[in-house]
Amino acid sequence: MPSPPSTTAVARRGPLDGQRLPGGASFTLGLAPAAARFILRGDAAARTAAGAAFGVALPARLGPAGSGAARAALWLGPDEWLLVGEGEPPADLERGLVAALSMHPHSLVDVSQRQIGLDLAGPLAARALNAGCPLDLRDQAFPVGMASRTLFAKSEIVLWRRGALRYHVEVGRSFAQYVVNHLDEAARRAPPL
Amino acid sequence: MLLIRCPYCDMARPELEFRYGGQAHVARPADPATLDDAAWGEFLYVRSNPRGVAAERWRHAAGCGRFFNCLRDTVSDRILATYPAGAPAPDPAAPASGSGR
Ligand SMILES: [Zn+2]
Repeated sequence: MPSPPSTTAVARRGPLDGQRLPGGASFTLGLAPAAARFILRGDAAARTAAGAAFGVALPARLGPAGSGAARAALWLGPDEWLLVGEGEPPADLERGLVAALSMHPHSLVDVSQRQIGLDLAGPLAARALNAGCPLDLRDQAFPVGMASRTLFAKSEIVLWRRGALRYHVEVGRSFAQYVVNHLDEAARRAPPL
Repeated sequence: MLLIRCPYCDMARPELEFRYGGQAHVARPADPATLDDAAWGEFLYVRSNPRGVAAERWRHAAGCGRFFNCLRDTVSDRILATYPAGAPAPDPAAPASGSGR
């Protein structure tokens, strides 16, 4: 009788592990905390049901993200949302959402490991973003709280303005290095404020 | 760069986020089996190529992901209106709802 194969716990590696990320007086770039992430697609009834279970209402249109203590709901499209639960195991979040959505046609996809969050802060953050993102990031067009899927150079990102000088960027893990290098270079080469 | 008003985002957005999707309002024949080859070929391949206002499909590919329709002047590249997929084309002479430069 052969003995059962032994199992080894393998630590999960992030795309930016072990790197020195840009940090300075006018621009810092850090990793956002690990989070459970889901893409929900469904109609208005599914949106309402998911919001009740999630504890944060899902926005009905492009604009400010719904956000609570450690949870946020970002509008991506007319029937599409990104749900983020910082520091939560995806399975816990999924269980609640699946139960609430059982009577509504929907799709719920765990993308926790597909993308990572970057935390950008400082007076140069908007300029560094605008080196690759064509959106108007001035207050009247992109106020604090606003979230949208868009582009940064060749990479698709989800951009969420969390404060006057603070942005959250969701990026696919295989694009993370590219986006970080671009942001770092843009911030270093930006003319002084 | 063109600014294009996405009717689903209801916001003027940079052209880079969009993809062109060909002529709009091309209706698939209800019963393709009754068509002869010429008529089917016409549906599949033949498109108008106007000099002037054309109704086109566009997709907000790097934004909300939705297809919508657009009236664009092929001479000036000016966008006269954008409107949701499924809606009839607006009158090009009417005041613009999706213009942007
Ligand atoms: Zn859109």
